[in-house]
Amino acid sequence: MIQALNISKSFGDNQVLKDITVKFEKGKTNLIIGQSGSGKTVLMKCLVGLYEVDEGHVYFDERDFSAMSFKERKKIRQEIGMLFQGGALFDSLNVEENIMFPLTMFTNQSLEEKIERVNFCLEWVNLENANKLYPAELSGGMTKRVAIARAISLNPEYLFCDEPNSGLDPHTSGVIDDLISRITEEFQITTIVNTHDMNSVIKIGDTISFIYKGQLWWEGDKTQILDTDNKELNEFVFDTELTKRLKKSKIH
Amino acid sequence: MLSRFGKYILLMIQVIRKPEKGSVYRKQLITEIQSLGIESLGIVAIISLFMGAVVAIQTSYNIDNPLIPASTIGFTVRQSVILEFAPTIISLILAGKVGSRIASEIGTMRVTEQIDALEIMGVNPANFLIFPKVTAAMIINPVLIILSMYFGLIGGWLVAVITDLYTVNDYVYGIRAWFDGYIILYALTKTVVFAFLITSISGFEGFIVKGGAVEVGAASTRAVVWSSIMIILFNLILTQLLLS
Repeated sequence: MIQALNISKSFGDNQVLKDITVKFEKGKTNLIIGQSGSGKTVLMKCLVGLYEVDEGHVYFDERDFSAMSFKERKKIRQEIGMLFQGGALFDSLNVEENIMFPLTMFTNQSLEEKIERVNFCLEWVNLENANKLYPAELSGGMTKRVAIARAISLNPEYLFCDEPNSGLDPHTSGVIDDLISRITEEFQITTIVNTHDMNSVIKIGDTISFIYKGQLWWEGDKTQILDTDNKELNEFVFDTELTKRLKKSKIH
Repeated sequence: MLSRFGKYILLMIQVIRKPEKGSVYRKQLITEIQSLGIESLGIVAIISLFMGAVVAIQTSYNIDNPLIPASTIGFTVRQSVILEFAPTIISLILAGKVGSRIASEIGTMRVTEQIDALEIMGVNPANFLIFPKVTAAMIINPVLIILSMYFGLIGGWLVAVITDLYTVNDYVYGIRAWFDGYIILYALTKTVVFAFLITSISGFEGFIVKGGAVEVGAASTRAVVWSSIMIILFNLILTQLLLS
C-alpha cells in the first residue's frame, strides 16, 4: 500500500499540488486521472521521489519515504518498477540487456539465472525471441511491453505506470492495460497508473483518483465514475464525442 | 553563473563516489576508453603530424641568421609540441569531439527519461554515467597526448626528409638537445586536469538539460565552449604553478 498524506508541491510561485491525501491499495490497479496540466504526473513523480515534496509525507507500507535519505530510499527503490511514458529503455542496450540491467546492478545472480529471468519476463509480455533487438528496432507497443518486462524483473512490490497508453492504437492500448491488470493481480502488487485514457479508466480502474487543478477532486472506482454527479469529473469523462453519445444513449 | 558553479560542484559530489558495482564499472570504463580515447586516435595523429610539420617550416623560415644553428628547428618543434601544442591544442580539439558527444549523449538520456529510470531503480545516475567517462579520459588522454607528441615530432622529421629546408641530422640533434624530462611531467599533468574538465563540464551540461532536441543541442554547444574556456584558464594557472 502507498499513501500520500497532505502533500504539496510548488515550482516557484506555481503551486502544482495542493494538500493531497490519497491511498493506493495493494493488489489493485489504482488510477490517477486528470486533464493535462492538472498535476497528476507531478503527483506520481513525488510518490516515487523524483520530486521532493514541499509538505506532507509519502508512505510505502508504513515506511516514511519522504523522510528517508538517498541511501535509505535505495532499498525501497529496488522494490519499485516504473513504466515511463516513452518507455525510457537504454538506447545502447538491447532488450535482453535492458531487462537484465536491474538484475546485474542489484543481484548476484549468474548469467544463466539472469537470462532465465529475462526470458520469463519477456514471456509475460508476449515478446519471446525479442532478446537481441535494440530499442530503435521496436514499435511503440513493443517498447512499452519491454519497459514493463524491465519493471517487473526484480519482482517489484510497487508498479508505477506513467501514461502507459500514450501514442498507442486502441488495440495495443488494450493489450497494455490487460498486462498491467494481470501483473497486479498475479503478483499482488500495488500498481499506480497515471492516465487520461477513458478506455483504461473503465477497463482497469479498481480505484480512481481524479486530480483537478492540483487537488484531489474525486475518488471512486470504474463502476462509480460513469454515474457521478461531480461537474468537473463529468466534464473530463464526457469530453469526447464518443463518450457524449454514449451518455446520451444511456439516458434515453 | 555562480548558481551554475554551485550546481556543478554538487553534481561532482554525486559523481565522485564509489561505483555501485565494480564489475559493471570496469566494463563501462573499458567501453569509455574505447569510445573517448581509441576512437580519437586518428584525428589526434593527423592533427599532430601536420602541427609538427607546420611548426618546423615556420621556424625554418624565421631563422635566416647563419649564426643560429639549424638544430634550433628541431629544438623549437620539440619544445612547442611537448609544452603547448600536444597537451593544450589536442585537449581543445578533444573538448570539441568528446565534449559534444558526452553532453548530447547524457542530455538525450535526460530528455528521454532514461536518467529518471536509473534513479527510480536506485542507481546514482551521476556516478553511473559521468564517473566512468571522467576516469576513462584521465587514463586515456595522457596516452593520446604522448602519441600526439610523437606524431608532432615525426611531422617535423618528414619536412626534413621531403624538403631541403634542413637536414634530418640537424633536426634529430635539435629534438635531443637540452632535454629536460620535467616538461613531459608538466604536459601530462595539464592533460589529466584538462581531461577532468572536459568530461565533467560536458557531463554536467548534459545532466542538467531540460526540454527537447533544441536544448540538447544547446547543451552540447555550451559543453564545448565552457570546456575550451576552462582549458585555456587552467593552462595559464598550471603553467604559472608548474613552470615558474
